[in-house]
Amino acid sequence: MTTSFVIPPALALIAAGLVLPFINGALRSALLLLAPLVTLWLVWQVPDGVQLTTSWLGYQLELVRGDKLARLFASVFAIMAFAGGLFSLNQSSSFELGAAYVYAGGAIGVTFGGDLITLFVFWEIMAVASTLVVWSGGRFANGAGLRYAAMHMFGGVLLMIGIIGEVLNTGSIAFQVMDTSTTARWLILAGFLINAGAPPFSAWLPDAYPAASWSGMVFLSAFTTKTAVYVLLRGFPGSEILIFVGLYMVFYGIVYAILENDMRRILAYSIVNQVGFMVTGIGIGSQMALNGAAAHAFTHIIYKALLLMSAGSVLLMTGKRKCTDLGGLFRTMPFTMVMGVIGALAISSFPLTSGFISKSMISQGAADAHLGFVWFMLAAASAGVFLHAGIKFPWFVFFQKDSGLRPPEPPWNMRAAMVLMAAFCIGLGIWPGPLYSLLPYPVDYVPYTTSHVVFQLQLLLFSGLAFFIMLDLLKRTETITLDFDWIYRKLMGWVTRGLNDGSERAWDRFLETADTVLTRVNSGIYRHHGPDGVFGRTWPTGRMAFWTTVMLGAYVVWAYI
Amino acid sequence: MIRLSEHLPIIQVLVPLFGAILTAFARRGTTAWAIAATASVLAPFVSAAMLWTVFETGRPISYVMGSWAAPWGIEYRVDLLNGFVLLLVSVIGVATISYARKSVAAEIDAHKQAWFYTMYLLCLTGLLGIAVTGDAFNAFVFLEVSSLATYVLIGLGRHRRALLAAYQYLIMGTIGATFYIIGVGLLYVVTGTLNFADLADRLGPAMDTQARPILAALAFMTVGICLKLALFPLHAWLPNAYAYAPSFATAFLAGTATKVAVYLLMRIFFSVFAIAIPASALPVTEVIVILSVAAMFIASFSAIFEENAKRMLAYSSVAQIGYITLGIGLANQLGLSASLIHVFNHALMKTALFFALGAIVYRTGLVNISQLSGIGRRMPLTIAAFVVAGLGIIGVPGTAGFISKWYLAMAAIDKGWWWMVFLIVASSLLAVVYVGKFIEVAYFREPGPDVAEAHEPPISMLLPLLALAFATVYFGIDTRLTTSVAEAAASALLGGAR
Repeated sequence: MTTSFVIPPALALIAAGLVLPFINGALRSALLLLAPLVTLWLVWQVPDGVQLTTSWLGYQLELVRGDKLARLFASVFAIMAFAGGLFSLNQSSSFELGAAYVYAGGAIGVTFGGDLITLFVFWEIMAVASTLVVWSGGRFANGAGLRYAAMHMFGGVLLMIGIIGEVLNTGSIAFQVMDTSTTARWLILAGFLINAGAPPFSAWLPDAYPAASWSGMVFLSAFTTKTAVYVLLRGFPGSEILIFVGLYMVFYGIVYAILENDMRRILAYSIVNQVGFMVTGIGIGSQMALNGAAAHAFTHIIYKALLLMSAGSVLLMTGKRKCTDLGGLFRTMPFTMVMGVIGALAISSFPLTSGFISKSMISQGAADAHLGFVWFMLAAASAGVFLHAGIKFPWFVFFQKDSGLRPPEPPWNMRAAMVLMAAFCIGLGIWPGPLYSLLPYPVDYVPYTTSHVVFQLQLLLFSGLAFFIMLDLLKRTETITLDFDWIYRKLMGWVTRGLNDGSERAWDRFLETADTVLTRVNSGIYRHHGPDGVFGRTWPTGRMAFWTTVMLGAYVVWAYI
Repeated sequence: MIRLSEHLPIIQVLVPLFGAILTAFARRGTTAWAIAATASVLAPFVSAAMLWTVFETGRPISYVMGSWAAPWGIEYRVDLLNGFVLLLVSVIGVATISYARKSVAAEIDAHKQAWFYTMYLLCLTGLLGIAVTGDAFNAFVFLEVSSLATYVLIGLGRHRRALLAAYQYLIMGTIGATFYIIGVGLLYVVTGTLNFADLADRLGPAMDTQARPILAALAFMTVGICLKLALFPLHAWLPNAYAYAPSFATAFLAGTATKVAVYLLMRIFFSVFAIAIPASALPVTEVIVILSVAAMFIASFSAIFEENAKRMLAYSSVAQIGYITLGIGLANQLGLSASLIHVFNHALMKTALFFALGAIVYRTGLVNISQLSGIGRRMPLTIAAFVVAGLGIIGVPGTAGFISKWYLAMAAIDKGWWWMVFLIVASSLLAVVYVGKFIEVAYFREPGPDVAEAHEPPISMLLPLLALAFATVYFGIDTRLTTSVAEAAASALLGGAR
């Protein structure tokens, strides 16, 4: 029942992902590189409108529905899969790569899904495949993967219940702009937000992602949160609650990233932070802000991948992930360092990088809507981003003290992947036109005005200056890492301290209680349901008959009364 | 000249019955198998033809035995509901019989094999008979035929505890059947009829004067049938019966026996009592809802901690029956549809799972999960099919199990019970744990010495397994057969049309 002949783009990646675990060598490399390119081509073959439908359970499923927004996200997902594939050519675990490609295919399936059921199915495919990617991170990833799976199953449950409610309320499975007027829609929103890393469940992201392998996290960073951004853009633009959710995420990410020591966890917190910008933009809901959120998702996927590729290269070459163990790598990994710095500049929205042309649209959206408070918070957050991702990450990994490590540069394919992403970062920063033309609404915005550039440079340079003044001050002391923490806390003032001390203690206590309660519950369940428990062992015939009598007795007595 | 098509309802029962007699005369297992296979293969054609006729004409097929008009004579009556059940039972019969040859040859002593097939065919006769008949007493007769045959099937298991399991089931099954017949007797005393449709007509007027015996009859029949379908807490006979029966018998019974009992419960509830007496007279549906939820959780937890893979799946069956009876307890159109859909889907999935375990037993003789480490590398197709069916049990989108879950959730929301949806989905997450436990052992551990020699089962066992695994996916995507028939049957049940 096709209106025209269209191959679902998601299919190419998912099929490739299913084949990958079974092939090796050059064939595997060829498939890794070709499948995303074919997918990208297919994405651009999908014309506007509903293209592929099938009926299921009496509903008309819109398997493929093309429009500008879907194409924008699907394109960046396909580009990301290609860069990720290139980067991971020498990943020995074909299983991880297969899971990653199915995962990417699921994300593309979500973007083209025209109805709630199709969306849900691909949503679940993503959840399962991404869990497998986390699990491929090795022995240490078991617990994190389990927590990750539990969180996403919970999100899936909320989403499914919401969708069923929505279908019963409206009688339609169409995925359209929704308000937050019914319980069902709240549940759908909650399901979406869990994947976006929104409070109170932001912690799954920095918990699970850094547990993945050096290549796995590159994939993970791109799809789950950004499909959540996509569905929020589509389903809940202009929902005011998203502004607050987004702002919370922005600052949550900054605060925890500044306190963090694991280099990839810093970047994971920074994902929450950046997605916060997008969610805020969606909450503002003007065309400018929505364009900004979409554009920021596009550019963020690319520079975050670049950052994680440089971090992944460091992890692969040194085997170390903690900032305190690293440092001084610029001596032998200058190339990786340059790439990391480009990514860091982009995430900090430095002029002439992709972050500048996208994030500024969200701020502009806030300004146009006369949301002064929001605008101010976003500006303050921009300085915070520069501190935690723009300076902290490259400084601790590549400069700082000399850790004595002398690792070589990563293999050519990893470098090539980084060059590709870096080229996007700078290219889009200099020529934003092509990206702007892909955005869902017409763009009437010029990023490079004098006042804007000057404002941004001032913001960045002064926060940079502040950083290096403190740094000089600190270099004279010996206990360098500890003092850095102290300075950061000073900088962030009571917010940080309150959050850190208070929440950490509360969190510890919560974990402790949760642990005891869960242990007790578990042993209780085991006592009753285990092999020797009343529900697990073989009953004597007499007891079976007894319960039969009880049942009958209960009915008969009831009938008598 | 007899036109065969007019006699399909009785042919449905007679073919396996005559087959049973023939196998009783056969000496060799292979001959008996050939006869059983012929009878089994014929059955789905008959039931499919009947279901098709009913679906097309929109009218039930009525067949009067020996030209004695109902309600004096025995009437066989096929409508969408039992047409669907007949098709399910006979299809499972075909799948298991092709699986049976190697499995039975390995697990049953040569001189008992022919008798084993006799019992299988008698069991099939009984199950088909319960489904096809429109007569309460005739249903009892077939219930006993199938039950007695089942006791033998279970008792022929190689494990010593099989005898005890069969004995326990014998006692409990007899209690259940007795309760049922006591209920039928009470109804007969009150109304003077045994025909379901006639009972429904006469019970209403009788309710004014003789409410007590009618309610007692409802209580007896409900408890009796709930015992046969293993509703918690009347399920205790089931885990051992499934665990120690021969692999083939387990797979066949898991897919059919409880399902037919579910059908009988629906028939008694909705085609007889619901029409005649007010729902408030006896809180049957409320009790069933509570017990179903209890089954969904308690049996799932038991499955999680169970070490014997067959017992684990047996507990899982008890939990899944909880979903089925929950739909009955919800007693709305979507709920009954969900029940029927899950009857069908669960039969496919659980039979597939037991096929996979049977294949493992065939190659290794092992049923304890901890001994099966790395079996996935030795028997990749078998375990892959297990995984697919397991995903169906969990209710992953794209599998048949998801359709069941979807309908059940819709039924709960339709009733305004949001919290019930959480319970449904939460209990399905428990299935993730026990299915996951098996998969973890089978795939992610190094193959142990116990499974070193294992490899894929013979093609005659592998094919039905793969076919059912494929069906699990197929009926998760193309749901026209299951949902349209189930919804129409549910409407008919609730509309009081018979």
